[in-house]
Amino acid sequence: MTPGLSLIYILYCKPQTPSLFGEIMKAPPVKKKEYSLRVEDREPGDVTLFVSGRIALDDLNDFTSDARSILQNKPLKKLMVDIAGVNYLDSAGTLALFQLEEEQTARSASVTFHGVTDEAKGILNLLDKKAHHIPPLVPERKPPNILEQMGEATRLLLNDFFEVLSFVGELILALISSLRRPRSMRWNDVLYYMKRAGVDGLPIVGLISILMGLIMAFMSSLQFKQFGANIYVASLVAIAMVKELGPIMTAILVAGRSGSAFAAEIGTMIVNDEVNALKAMGFEPIQFLAVPKLLATIIVVPLLTLYADLFAILGGLVVGVVGLDLTAYSYIQQTREGIAVFDIVASLVKSSVFAGLIAGIGCQRGFQVHEGAESVGTFTTSAVVSAIFLIIVADSAFAIILHYVR
Amino acid sequence: MNKKPIIQVENLTTRYGDTTILENVSFRVSRGEIFMLLGASGCGKSTLLKHLNGLLRPSSGRIIVNGTDITAADEETMRDIQRTIGVLFQADALFSSMTIFENIALPLYEYTDLTRGMIDRIVKMKLALVNLPGHENHMPAELSGGMRKRAALARAMALDPLLLFFDEPWAGLDPVTAAELDILIRSINTAMGTTMVIVTQELASIFSLAQRVIMLDKSVRGIIAQGDPAELKEHSQDIRVVNYFNRKATGGDEGGL
Repeated sequence: MTPGLSLIYILYCKPQTPSLFGEIMKAPPVKKKEYSLRVEDREPGDVTLFVSGRIALDDLNDFTSDARSILQNKPLKKLMVDIAGVNYLDSAGTLALFQLEEEQTARSASVTFHGVTDEAKGILNLLDKKAHHIPPLVPERKPPNILEQMGEATRLLLNDFFEVLSFVGELILALISSLRRPRSMRWNDVLYYMKRAGVDGLPIVGLISILMGLIMAFMSSLQFKQFGANIYVASLVAIAMVKELGPIMTAILVAGRSGSAFAAEIGTMIVNDEVNALKAMGFEPIQFLAVPKLLATIIVVPLLTLYADLFAILGGLVVGVVGLDLTAYSYIQQTREGIAVFDIVASLVKSSVFAGLIAGIGCQRGFQVHEGAESVGTFTTSAVVSAIFLIIVADSAFAIILHYVR
Repeated sequence: MNKKPIIQVENLTTRYGDTTILENVSFRVSRGEIFMLLGASGCGKSTLLKHLNGLLRPSSGRIIVNGTDITAADEETMRDIQRTIGVLFQADALFSSMTIFENIALPLYEYTDLTRGMIDRIVKMKLALVNLPGHENHMPAELSGGMRKRAALARAMALDPLLLFFDEPWAGLDPVTAAELDILIRSINTAMGTTMVIVTQELASIFSLAQRVIMLDKSVRGIIAQGDPAELKEHSQDIRVVNYFNRKATGGDEGGL
């Protein structure tokens, strides 16, 4: 772990530590060495190194440096390493012995091991002392240079565009075919996803909308009060919510709640081979998995939008009645004058389109998952981000189209 | 077996809500042995294994691993115990976003202060040990099932554990790869003295490797037989044990499926 990460780990993962700085500043405990090294010169250049005790993973650094320093100043021709006194040796300990042998051989000493017990022999034979000289079969992955990255990003963007296009085509065909043969539609799934995307979303959509109504009414009332135009708070809340914010806010919430869930669900099914199982049984995955989600979302999002509009108006009404001395009747009357049936219908059409985008992109990103947990995460994020982007783009288009239609 | 036990399970009981999975299970695993947990699907083998490495806590009973009661251990003690246990999961559980090197090096970076050069050597040595030399830069997805299993074994052995737990290690392997894994498990056990606890259904490997087995059964929510597998096959009077070792259907609705 890098020092930076360690610090984050200490700060975030150990909140129960009484003193954070005590923990960071404390010197690491001095570990008792469980091995001992002794050198005996038999003749000049002919040395025996007696190793005893326990050589394990924890001692690897110390053992290597101790052995190196103890032999450093000795002229060596022959080194006998006596390990008869070693009572515990694991693979890391064996590696330490191999490393000792390699280092001293590099100093042109001939190294031999003595006092090798049967247990030690087993492990010395099992491990490959030349393993670290084996070159990797594929080179280490290096991040590509900036040009490569740009090229790759462009290629991915184009690919993505065509994939989305072809998915939309398939989805529309699957939807048409399902609608022409309603018996083939998985209506139970449609109901289930209507509950997941719609009913389960009611509390959060309601809460956020009422808060938005309150905030808009309160902020605008501060300005309107100065001109004695309190009553227009109602129009502002109604027009802003019904025409723009209601559909957009609801769509963004549904993208966050359900678009991501669709992508994660389908992605995980791909990772677990469930989508292949569907294909193998002769089912069309898009028709089986995506169409019910799409239909359910297209049904519930406009309803959620209406619900959001109502709650925002309610929020505005509270500010109007409590803070601006308006009567509830006059507030509602003003609201009704502010919006036309055309606005409501346009807002419902808009939110159906948003719903299609959310479910479509959510399912499409799910189907893009190849393998692994990371891929599911990437595409789930992408489902939400792409959906929000497309919602805003579509909304801009609607702004222009509705201007001319009206 | 008169060797000192490394795992002692005493009167272990596990319940999920109203369902009792295991009841009053007691057994010992000796240091350095290859010990297998057998039994039909759904008898609680994998649950038992998860108890032994502290992934699950029992409803009652004691589990003593290497002298420490892990049912009463605090988080830090548990971490120390878990450091001495390597686990090979059924679905290899390699981190798919990391290379094989990073997978094996992860516990070494976490638990030791070794230099990058030393960790490099350890990883390469472990890869050579599991017969995957040179595969350190591969991603898990680029390896076959058998290779991934071996890489996962290298990761499980990264910290030179005292105990290695295997959950269905032979599942999904071809007979040749399975036999190679047998040889690998045996040679690691012989050379390094690592105690192996293996959950499996693979009869060939049970007879070739296991020194002692316990067999669990759903009907008693516990152990119905224990001992040397060959002896159990020959001499057991229990029809469930005999059927298991002879791969015979029980004929009832309590079958494995």
